[in-house]
Amino acid sequence: MSGQVETAAARPRLSRRSLTLNIGLFLVGMHVTVALLTLVWTPYDPTGMTGGRLEAPSWAHWAGTDRLGRDLFTQIMIGSRIALIVGFGAVAIAATIGVTLGVLSAFATRYLDDILAAAFDILIAFPTLLLAMLVVAATESASLFSATLALGIAISAIVARLTRILAKRILSMDYITAARTAGASWPSIVFRHLLPNIWPMLAVNFALQFGLAVIAEASLSYLGLGAPPPNASWGRLLQEAQGTVYTAPFGAIAPGIALVTLVIGMNLLADGLREAGDPTRRGRQ
Amino acid sequence: MSLLDIRGLTLSTGGQTLVSDVSFSIAPGERLGLIGESGSGKSLTALATIGLLPRGFRVQGSIKLDGHEVVGASESAMIALRGAAAATVFQEPLTALNPLMKVGRQVAEPVIRRHRRAGETVDRAAVAREVRSLLERVSLPDIDRIVKSYPYEISGGQRQRVAIAMALACRPKLLIADEPTTALDVTTQVEILDLLSGLVREDGMALLFISHDLPVVARVTENVIVLRRGEVIEQGQVHAVFDAPKHDYTRSLVDAATAFDKALGPSR
Amino acid sequence: MSLISLDNVAFGYSRKQQVLHDVSFSLRPGVNVGLVGESGSGKSTILKLLLGLARPTSGRIQFGDAELNPGNRAFMRDYRKAVQAVFQDPYSSLDPRQKVQSIIAEPLRALRIPGSHQEAIEKAIHDVGLPADAIDRYPHEFSGGQRQRIAIARAIVARPQLILADEAVSALDLSTRARIVDLLKALSADMTILLVSHDLAVVAALCEEIVILQKGRVVESGKTADILANPAHPYTQKLLASVPRMPA
Repeated sequence: MSGQVETAAARPRLSRRSLTLNIGLFLVGMHVTVALLTLVWTPYDPTGMTGGRLEAPSWAHWAGTDRLGRDLFTQIMIGSRIALIVGFGAVAIAATIGVTLGVLSAFATRYLDDILAAAFDILIAFPTLLLAMLVVAATESASLFSATLALGIAISAIVARLTRILAKRILSMDYITAARTAGASWPSIVFRHLLPNIWPMLAVNFALQFGLAVIAEASLSYLGLGAPPPNASWGRLLQEAQGTVYTAPFGAIAPGIALVTLVIGMNLLADGLREAGDPTRRGRQ
Repeated sequence: MSLLDIRGLTLSTGGQTLVSDVSFSIAPGERLGLIGESGSGKSLTALATIGLLPRGFRVQGSIKLDGHEVVGASESAMIALRGAAAATVFQEPLTALNPLMKVGRQVAEPVIRRHRRAGETVDRAAVAREVRSLLERVSLPDIDRIVKSYPYEISGGQRQRVAIAMALACRPKLLIADEPTTALDVTTQVEILDLLSGLVREDGMALLFISHDLPVVARVTENVIVLRRGEVIEQGQVHAVFDAPKHDYTRSLVDAATAFDKALGPSR
Repeated sequence: MSLISLDNVAFGYSRKQQVLHDVSFSLRPGVNVGLVGESGSGKSTILKLLLGLARPTSGRIQFGDAELNPGNRAFMRDYRKAVQAVFQDPYSSLDPRQKVQSIIAEPLRALRIPGSHQEAIEKAIHDVGLPADAIDRYPHEFSGGQRQRIAIARAIVARPQLILADEAVSALDLSTRARIVDLLKALSADMTILLVSHDLAVVAALCEEIVILQKGRVVESGKTADILANPAHPYTQKLLASVPRMPA
């Protein structure tokens, strides 16, 4: 008897990579464009009562209106701007603090490394909400800045722990020993060998954290610890829509869609960039 | 009848053919060496034999193991076949053992499985006795200590002996050994090779021994197949092939091995 | 005069965990030495000391007329210019995200060696028998043997006096192994090689002298031919008897 059998997934997946990257670029690009647009133009005055209360979506109001008669689509557009500021801001803070501490910890003597590792774990276990309240107390006002700072600090512990683990793995590779014996200095090892090799894993994590930061900011705003009114953060929109979710569900659905598209877009973008930047995957179908 | 009969085996993935039209057979009790360098398809052929190819492979041809067709067989049919028909010893004994399980329990698993499949009641004391006798057969010292040890607590050579004991526990008709000594020290390697060839002779097991190292293969098998880029380029008795290689590639391998051998001076 | 000499070197992580005891041997220019031992012999530790990645707990390692001192930057720069290394695993010893050009340039860059780097890289590539266009490619595009050639090119690009080769051919297939040994042999016309290996056959093919290590001690050392013909220590005899031989 002779047979012909295929094990699962025999066919190469046709440039799934570029598809991932393109969808990610499109979704994130859309939000960035909208956010920039709101600086110069919005369909309506975001604070103006330009329609009836709790109107359903229509040609005049694409996402309907809120309970004060303000245009929801305009507020969601402005929410894009806030989400991007919070997301990028928190990730930038987390990346700066987290990667620095993580790399430091990986290079440190065992004693210092143990202390830092314990500190990361404690900070990770510390509730973000409590941290946000502390930051608000310290900065003496709940603002976009305090929310971003609180989220950045909370995320930096996660980034630091991940960086430390990834860096330790890379530091045990022979090419690091080879670089050391070739006479390379520590900064050169960090910037030439270590960071480029842990970057792909970090980037994917940054995208994930970006999404979580946007969602977390929504929660903080919801609790009044984020951007105060009239800043139309998606979280505040969700909070306001809560009371009327049965009568006017679109008030909750529309900011929800905005949130999901940005978070998914960011993840796809990071995945696509990671694959495109990997020389071992380049030129492969 | 052959225990293993491979006909026209072709393995391809992602448009690349890695093994092409390979045919050979192993009689019960025969010891066959599969010689090839990395990328020759020797390990893939072994994996195909026990139906453990990684995802994404296209398999053509036929593999008959103990009278059962492996190509296209269901996973449940393969599970029944693995162990009883063929057991495997891999290159790296550290990753082949579960790091969180004591050696005694680890060896007991295939023993218990074999008894259950035979429909016998499993008696704890009997299993413990069998585990000890298996560990004795692979010449492990201080068995009282070893059964209670975790894999990381024993040496690499001892781990490979445990892996061999686990394969023996299945009482297979064919033992597949994929570079079983490559990760070991030289003095350990020779002990494991002699242990393996002694065991298969005693039990009348067939042996498929995979390696790139010619003298190592010569030490345990009587026949060899030389694979290159997924094709069989030469086969025959060890002496015939090594003394008068027909293919240029085989000759280059034999020359390289002979040159290293010569550098060591006459053997004693 | 010797290039490097180890005098009564000992190393231990603690008093109970002594890895090396009283190790002495020296490397002379033009004489390849094979450091032979199995796992636990301390050969990797000696290599670590010679690479300046650790310091002996007692005894000294002499380089020229100075003591090897990993803390002295100026000294280490001279030392690294003279001593380069090739590692066992050609897959993990090359940074997967750097092009071959940049990998080979590393010692030149790190040691701030003057002159045309491009020329030195091209010469190194040529000397190890790789095609000139290899420099624009990434490590994953090469086979194990070719990767080891890249690693060797990196080791020789700064024209060192000594190459520390850590099991440099052990991970390679037989025919590739023979070719890399030939390459190392050809290169050793201009530099000295210390080959750390468990494989007596490879050492016999490349090195004029052998140092046999067992459990952190030198049990036998001398000319390769003498030791192979007349191994004195029981461990050396066992090692030699364990090497699988071609059937007669």
